[in-house]
Formats: sequence, structure tokens, C-alpha cells
Amino acid sequence: MAQTGSPSDRHADRPLSPHLQVYRLTFTFLMSGFHRVTGTLLYFGIVIFVWWLVAAASSPAYFDFVNALFGSWFGRLVLLGMTWLTIHHALGGIRHFIWDTGLGLDERERELLARLTMIGSAALTLLVWILAYLVRGG
Amino acid sequence: MVQFTLPKNSTITEGTVWPKPEGTGDLQEFRVYRWSPDDGRNPRIDTFYVDTGDCGPMVLDGLLWIKNKVDPTLTLRRSCREGICGSCAMNIDGLNTLACTRGMDDIKGPVKVYPLPHMKVVKDLVPDLTQFYAQHALIEPWLKTASPEPQKEWRQSRGDREKLDGLYECILCACCSTSCPSYWWNEKRYLGPAALLQAYRWLIDSRDEETGERLDVLEDPFRLYRCHTILNCAQACPKGLNPAKAIAEIKKMMLERRV
Repeated sequence: MAQTGSPSDRHADRPLSPHLQVYRLTFTFLMSGFHRVTGTLLYFGIVIFVWWLVAAASSPAYFDFVNALFGSWFGRLVLLGMTWLTIHHALGGIRHFIWDTGLGLDERERELLARLTMIGSAALTLLVWILAYLVRGG
Repeated sequence: MVQFTLPKNSTITEGTVWPKPEGTGDLQEFRVYRWSPDDGRNPRIDTFYVDTGDCGPMVLDGLLWIKNKVDPTLTLRRSCREGICGSCAMNIDGLNTLACTRGMDDIKGPVKVYPLPHMKVVKDLVPDLTQFYAQHALIEPWLKTASPEPQKEWRQSRGDREKLDGLYECILCACCSTSCPSYWWNEKRYLGPAALLQAYRWLIDSRDEETGERLDVLEDPFRLYRCHTILNCAQACPKGLNPAKAIAEIKKMMLERRV
């Protein structure tokens, strides 16, 4: 008997070949994924900022409480993380913008751009915090 | 749909460790994905030891040595053995490439061989490419014109011909499309890097007169815009082409025709 339908229809039980399980994690792949992760974290991280604003609008006592929380070592750690996420995601956006113009897509350039995002975000975060400490004086 | 894990019938188990060939010098370990439609079992990884003194230097040579000397049921596509037919595309050492142009020497440790990723497997290293070819057909890869046919040929300037360099060389091996996570998760709706590179090859052809219609076909949140510039395609291409760049150029053409 002749079989009908496309080959794919006839064999619903065919396995799916492995993908994430076996594919090498390339640098640009990793950075693309990380761009998404930072975006998602920032989406939720905005709650922290809103909390601070709401505290400022509530009462001086509550604002002092929240401010002290943010000023604690743990609070500062979270804020440091948020600074880095923001800058990393912003630089990632610029990287993708450059790629969207069709530039920087050759092998050396794309690796360089991805690396610059990494180094740049760390350096700028550090710079922001050094400046903040200098201005505030500790 | 994004599904990070493999379906139940696709999870991989440990397979046969085939005996080492007797009385030989240099052995290269191969770990090869196996699945047969005939035994009702899950896919498994077989281990082979290839006598590198008895076969050519490429991964394809090793696989054919296994087929000839150890297990004749090992199933794979191959034809030209010189990187122009695109048949022996597979996942080797974590990256998609052609088995015939990948040297065994370049790989540290065992040579791990899988079929092209996130595809339905027909048998062993043979994926079902039906949909991949249908996507190529969808972009209508032929010259489309409205002007009266010239007496001899459609002329093209040297400069316009050069615009096709880096595009016409595509051999449709599917290495790029099956390396792309966006294609993995949206293989039915996103055309994938190979079909899009081919689409651009006709968009940029000075002789083609249906550029607008071609762009209309691609103007779709999934067909074109699922490309998120992950760039696995550009790294995978065994011909050194850059599908990501072609896709970026299509996106630019979309923008240009709107302003």
C-alpha cells in the first residue's frame, strides 16, 4: 500500500534531535541570552525604585527607614547590582543597534563588540560608584 | 514554542561500546548519536574507536570507516566529500558543520557527532529537512521579471554582480538555520537564516523586478523579525557566509521603503 501525506506526518514518533543539550555556548549566544536576563531583572528591579519614590511620598519617617535600608551594606550591594544591570543592558542595546545597521557583524568585530559590552559595563559601573562615593563622601 | 528539555521519546541513553580494532596504532574515539525507527527504543550514544591510520583525516572519513568496518547500519547523508553538496551537515564537537571539511585532528577528546539540532530524526544522523526546503521554496528562489525578455541574456554590471558574492555560495546544508535558537523555538513560523540569506540574494539582484513583492512576503513578525542577532548562524556556516548580515540588510530594506 502506498503511504500518503508528507514524510513528517507519517512519522509522528520521530525523536527531536538534541539542541541546547549539545550546542556549544558561543560567546555571542551567551551575551544575547544575558541581554534578555538583564532586561527581565530590570523589569522587576523597577519595583525597588518605585518603593523608594512611594516612601518619599508617604512620610519622613518611612522615607528615612527605606533610605537606611538602601544605605545598608546589603542595600548597597543590590543597588550596585542594579547599576550594573542597567548599564549592561544599555550597552547591549547599543551593540544590537550597531548590528541592526548591518555593521560590526564580521567574526572579529562581533566578538569585540560583545567583549566591549562586558568590559564596558563593569568599568562604567565602577566609575559611577566611585563618583557617587566621591560626591557623597562615604 | 520554547522548550528547553527534550520530549520523552527523544531523551538520550548510553548505547553500545563497540570493541577496539585489533593490533593498531592511533585510535580516535567517536561518540555517535543513534536512533532507528525499527526497534522502538530511545536515541542512544554509541562509542566507536576509529583507526586513524586506516582512514582519511576528516570526520566524514572516520564515520565512513565505522560504516565500512564496524557497523554497516550507521546511517548518514554524504555525497561530494569536498564541502560543496551540503549533504553531510551535522553537529560535530558542539557546532554545526560539514563532516567532510572538519578535521579529526582539530577536535580535543572524543569526536561527538549528533544530527543537526532540534530536528525530527529520520535515522541516526539523518534529519528530516522537509520543512527547511519548504521555507526555501517560499521565498521563490528564481529570477522574477516583468520587462520583456531580452534577446540574449539579462545583463548585469560587474558591480551589481559583485553584490551577490557571499550569498550565491550558499549550499543549503542547513547548518545555520539549525544552529539558531530562534529557529529552534519558532521553526514553523520563522524562516531561519538559510531561507533569509537566499531571500536577500534575490532582493539584491539587480535583474530581479519583484523586490517589493518579495519584501511583502517577509514583512511579518515571525518570518523575518524573529532574528535576534544571536549570530550562531554566522559562526556555523561552513562556507564562511554571514546570514546575520543578510538578515540585517533585509531589515534595513524594510525600513528604507517606509521612509
